[in-house]
Amino acid sequence: MLSYSLKRLGLAVAIVSVAMLLLFAMIYLIPGDPAAVALGPRATEAMREALRIKMGLDQPVWIQFWNFFINAWQGDLGNEVLSNRPVAKVVMEQLPSTLALIVGGMAWSIALGIPLGCWTAVKRGGMADRIVGVFSVAVIAVPSFVVAIYALLIFSVSLRWLPAIGAGEPGDIGDQLVHLILPSLAVGLGWVGYIARMVRASMLEVLEAPHIRTARAFGLPDRQITYRYALTIAILPTVTLLGVGIGQMLSSAVFAEIVFARPGVGKLVYDAILTRNYPLVTGAVLVTTVLFILINLIADLVVGYLDPRVRSRL
Amino acid sequence: MFGVVLVLLMIGGAVFADLLVAAEPNRISPRDRFQGPSLAHLMGTDQLGRDLFSRVLHGGRIALSVALISIAASLVIGVVLGLIAGYGPRWLDNLMILLFDAIKSFPTVMLALALVTLFGPSLTAVMVVVVLVNVPGYARIIRTQTLALKSAQFVTAAQSMGAGTARVLRAHVLPNVIGPLLILASMDIPVVIAIEAGMSFLGLGVRPPTPSWGAILNDGFTAIRDTPWIAIAGGLPIILTTLGFTFLGETLRDVFDPRLKARG
Repeated sequence: MLSYSLKRLGLAVAIVSVAMLLLFAMIYLIPGDPAAVALGPRATEAMREALRIKMGLDQPVWIQFWNFFINAWQGDLGNEVLSNRPVAKVVMEQLPSTLALIVGGMAWSIALGIPLGCWTAVKRGGMADRIVGVFSVAVIAVPSFVVAIYALLIFSVSLRWLPAIGAGEPGDIGDQLVHLILPSLAVGLGWVGYIARMVRASMLEVLEAPHIRTARAFGLPDRQITYRYALTIAILPTVTLLGVGIGQMLSSAVFAEIVFARPGVGKLVYDAILTRNYPLVTGAVLVTTVLFILINLIADLVVGYLDPRVRSRL
Repeated sequence: MFGVVLVLLMIGGAVFADLLVAAEPNRISPRDRFQGPSLAHLMGTDQLGRDLFSRVLHGGRIALSVALISIAASLVIGVVLGLIAGYGPRWLDNLMILLFDAIKSFPTVMLALALVTLFGPSLTAVMVVVVLVNVPGYARIIRTQTLALKSAQFVTAAQSMGAGTARVLRAHVLPNVIGPLLILASMDIPVVIAIEAGMSFLGLGVRPPTPSWGAILNDGFTAIRDTPWIAIAGGLPIILTTLGFTFLGETLRDVFDPRLKARG
């Protein structure tokens, strides 16, 4: 397990490093002079030159990359252009709101997906199985921003059941939860389908296993066999999938935050693009990417811990 | 069946858009703005009085052409890189796998947002995003299968008869590895349509007044409190098309690769 963990960790560090290199290449390729963009059209050439030196733009490319690389690993992503605050700090302020959204989406997809998957596996081939099957494919296919807009239209504008904008009063947990319902549904609905299909498929496999047959032979109640002996094993592939799921939810969260006017990293990046605040864009992209790599690392370590066969595959 | 019908409707609507509706997609008519659905305007009109049905049909052209062009480009690049990684030296393989993993570690929308800052909003930017998102997966599939075939007897036989690397790859490896990839690529069509619509919704894809489903949805979002028609008109084709292509893809997969069916 230790050797597997170290190898997996090494791989994650390598991936983060290459991701940083790619991001740096992107910043470097942006047409135009970053110093001129940052200072605006009314700056003098002397001011631009001073900022260029301050930002290290007069150095050779590989020194610029090395500085970016070392600083990024230490959590220093430079300062944003508008208020000159550290990018890392600005992004970290917005992160909890986005994480809340993703946890909410996760909650929807687990709370609906796992029971649906179990239920259809037990009743395989029936009417309910077919309906849930079509429903799963449908919610996977439909993009989250369409779900967000339609949910806004139905539950906020027409029915007026749920609030349309914002994240709720700071400090009022109940109000914040009410504001979380629709955006997190938009983020999590697709994954209800994924998890339902995944759980159904692996449940079907596990239900054929000898130990389940033995449990049946011993006359254990069906409910206990399904949820205690089959589901605990059938859930494993879903854990790996959750890592990927969180990455996709990070993408969906961008849309949900914009549609429901919630604060968060997605809204931050979007606004930063509109105001040409490039350091903020790259910083926020880097933070979410590292977050995604970290989550996949954790998911793989959990699966490696639960299923020793996985460890030998790396 | 349902999938085939939806896909045919969508392709038909996009191809024959000019014959199906008389209204120009971009003709502004301030007197007619914010109208609900009627016989004259089947889906109503938007904030500039443009006919939404016409815009939806023409939006289908954008969605389809972006999907086809960018998936074709991803296939070509993915196949070439996959063959190189699978057939080439070990160090190059490891390096490419690391690069693919790094690209895949960017959340899709974040990658799109970063690239738009680089290229500026345009359909080209959308297509570059799609290629970047798809190529690592395609290349990996080709690579794995190429690795498996590398030491197959018929490949060794071809080599011993003096076939060069290019000929071995083109005549012996490629025909054996391309099949599953084509099925996978067809299943990516709805994903690509969603990416184009999503970026256009954010104002990072097509430039106005080009009709795109995402752009229509954005017009609808802006006016959502006054009239729901525009948002419904923008979302409906996205829902129906992604559903249609997804069902079609599942059917194709079951027909051509029954082994995968058990997993679904």
